Amino acid sequence: MGIEIEQPCVELSNVAVSETHGENSPYFAGWKAYDENPYDEFTNPSGVIQMGLAENQVSFDLIEKYLEEHPEEASTWGNGASGFRENALFQDYHGLKTFRTAMASFMEQVRGGRAKFDPQRIVLTAGATAANELLTFILANPGDALLVPTPYYPGFDRDLRWRTGVNIVPINCDSSNNFQITPEALEASYKDAEAMNFKVRGVLITNPSNPLGITIPREVLEEILDFVTRKNIHLVSDEIYSGSVFSSSEFTSVAEILEARENRNAERVHIVYSLSKDLGLPGFRVGTIYSYNDKVVTTARRMSSFTLISSQTQHLLASMLSDERFTESYMETNRERLRKRYQMIIEGLRSAGIECLNGNAGLFCWMNMSPLLEKPTREGELELWNTILLQVKLNISPGSSCHCSEPGWFRVCFANMSEHTLEIALQRIRDFMARIRTETETESA
Amino acid sequence: MGFGGNSQQLLSKIATNDKHGENSPYFDGWKAYDRNPFHPKNNPQGVIQMGLAENQLCFDLIEEWIRNNPKASICTPEGVHQFRNIANFQDYHGLQKFRNAMANFMSKVRGGRVRFDPDRILMSGGATGANELIMFCLADPGDAFMIPTPFYPGFVRDLCWRTGVKLIPVHSDSSNNFKITREALEEAYKKAKEDNINVKGLLITNPSNPLGTTLDKDTLKSLVSFINEKNIHLVCDEIYAATVFSSPNYVSVAEVIQEVEHCKRDLIHIIYSLSKDMGFPGFRVGIVYSFNDEVVNCGRKMSSFGLVCSQTQHMLASMLSDENFVTTFIEENSRRLKKRHDKFMKGLEEVNITRFPSNAGLFCWMNLKSLLKEPTFEDELKLWRVIIHEVKLNVSPGSSFNCSEPGWFRVCFANMDDETVDVALNRIRAFVGRETKKPVGIKRWQQNLRLNFSSRIFDETTVIMSPHSPIPTSPLVRAT
Repeated sequence: MGIEIEQPCVELSNVAVSETHGENSPYFAGWKAYDENPYDEFTNPSGVIQMGLAENQVSFDLIEKYLEEHPEEASTWGNGASGFRENALFQDYHGLKTFRTAMASFMEQVRGGRAKFDPQRIVLTAGATAANELLTFILANPGDALLVPTPYYPGFDRDLRWRTGVNIVPINCDSSNNFQITPEALEASYKDAEAMNFKVRGVLITNPSNPLGITIPREVLEEILDFVTRKNIHLVSDEIYSGSVFSSSEFTSVAEILEARENRNAERVHIVYSLSKDLGLPGFRVGTIYSYNDKVVTTARRMSSFTLISSQTQHLLASMLSDERFTESYMETNRERLRKRYQMIIEGLRSAGIECLNGNAGLFCWMNMSPLLEKPTREGELELWNTILLQVKLNISPGSSCHCSEPGWFRVCFANMSEHTLEIALQRIRDFMARIRTETETESA
Repeated sequence: MGFGGNSQQLLSKIATNDKHGENSPYFDGWKAYDRNPFHPKNNPQGVIQMGLAENQLCFDLIEEWIRNNPKASICTPEGVHQFRNIANFQDYHGLQKFRNAMANFMSKVRGGRVRFDPDRILMSGGATGANELIMFCLADPGDAFMIPTPFYPGFVRDLCWRTGVKLIPVHSDSSNNFKITREALEEAYKKAKEDNINVKGLLITNPSNPLGTTLDKDTLKSLVSFINEKNIHLVCDEIYAATVFSSPNYVSVAEVIQEVEHCKRDLIHIIYSLSKDMGFPGFRVGIVYSFNDEVVNCGRKMSSFGLVCSQTQHMLASMLSDENFVTTFIEENSRRLKKRHDKFMKGLEEVNITRFPSNAGLFCWMNLKSLLKEPTFEDELKLWRVIIHEVKLNVSPGSSFNCSEPGWFRVCFANMDDETVDVALNRIRAFVGRETKKPVGIKRWQQNLRLNFSSRIFDETTVIMSPHSPIPTSPLVRAT
């Protein structure tokens, strides 16, 4: 009788079995806790409040109103039978011209007209997730590295590294100077990469920053541009939150700096944008890459075949975004509402004894809870996070999930809920902090 | 102005190689169409586009449904109350009702002979995105997938470009009706092993593009046995499943695995899309359906790079769960395709052009070997250029599909109206008529290899367009 050799299971790819998608991290316990016990104002008022999702839900009514007032534009296929047919068949990776033009003009508006965007340089992708991955495929080979300032959006670990095989080397920033990116930090990061034998291909910044909620000052942007020029590498500026700056004049886009420099050395710069945050439409999958480099535009366009924007959506948004009266009014109202929310949460936290980084943009605040840590370590931070999750029933994002080098910071989202829910959340925090103070006083008595 | 040094070096290898496929000679056809597109009134002498596998026959049915179901849109007064929920929805699981509706539709297309589990349905950016995604899940750079010829040219980009996967063609030819034989598979597999290439799987398209035929059950079973034996994956691109218009009936791999003993289901994956069956490639609805749990888990995470727009998911959730509509659509689509196919075939028969008998697809596989002076690919390309520039039809030469024998051409017929079909057939009749009136051996078109037109000069060696000006209507631009 022979020995039966069991056929081994057919292997999947290395990409498939790797953990680089990032979902097996401890932070997913937060999502689980929320899923199992989600807060609802009426049906589950003691459930977990989701404060880990950077969504913009404060301005939907403005868009709904636009749709109600513009039924022809709202009809996603224009007039006549041929409208549907043409739209349904349209899969040209150049994208609808009207849509690209509308995006370019919208991006100009978001920057207060301080920079011009050429619709021919706009490449469309299904979301910024796809845009960032696609750019990485174009700018770097497997094994190369991109330098990214910390703390950064946790999704970058997947978007920039997973299928591309590219590495992220952190540019360390800390609270000593409000987490600004310094020339020393840039140089140090570059050297770190070299020490690991990674070829550095570029720097990727998020401006305004997620999770910090601040815009990068003009001088710092100039320094970063000088740095990448010296090193002869690329600069990717993810400006996905550019329309969420509370006061438009406080945002400087890298596009403005390039214009001031008469587009010298612009070929190394690429901007990523999306409508997921500013317009609150993450479901529609609208991302763009704006590159000053012809070859990148051409290649990115070809690659966008894997991730085109639905023609239905392009048509709808082409109308909406080229209505300048609507977009002006939307931007102004959206900024103001976000600013108000930000004020509300900052004051609420302050009254509970918690300080935040002085922010001016985004859908979240960067909260400093380091005084509360048992130990000033990542473990200490995770312990505190766990307590907040299970006792205070708030799902917030610990700084370590954003690769922050200093423990104790947390990102707290405020725009994905009603004002009422935010009040409840703040009350829970106040109560929690009061309990801690009482406990501390009791202990020291 | 520019980088100090060669700007090309500062982009990745993927960015600077040719695997995007657009630097191929076949773009001449698209160029000709772009410069001079046919229009029944405005440009009746223009080039007719017969290289695009689009289904334009059933839009009226869909438009009617949309008009009658305003709630399915989130932009109408009836549907706008759903706007914020849908606009905000980016969960990579996809809307449950969308997956349910897709599973239902896919089952109906297969005559209800098999049920699909909505939890195994993954979204992606069209079938283009789906094919790339499954490669990322199953193969490492340098690994290979076997693929029967002739095959869809876009596969080179979709399966290989960013994934680094190699393709190993498994040749078939007309001597046995382009059948995929066990011998051919074994031979290709053996050679790969000898060359130290790691074969991870076999990818088939069923119904076939460009042949327009469905695989019979026995062949499918033998393919399933083959991959089981070799312990490699089987990816079945079933994108043309609902374009079957006559017998034999369609058999999906999903049906066959129910019948193959000891079939390792973990090896089976289906690619689907609504671009051909329903005719809306613009909506980017690609699906990966895997019987392998790990692939489902991993593929789902990857779908973040190409999710189906929530607005589209919402609309399709309604449309595809409307039983009446689905049943009517599938039947009518099939009937209209058959009618169009029959009309076109009759026209070809009248001028003795033979073609590969087909029962599915949006095109026919035309045999023009008799018009070749020599049975070579050079002559095929020469004939092709004449068809474009003289007959003014953009058709696709078999060599662009990696066909191993010269003389075959794929001609699409479902992307135009009846009148245009007539014009195309008239032109073909006239051309063949001219050819057959000549003395044997000397074809008129061969005396005029350098074709001069009043305002355009076409050089046979005209290259390929510049990478900076891709043809808007080319197949790769349209991901067709």
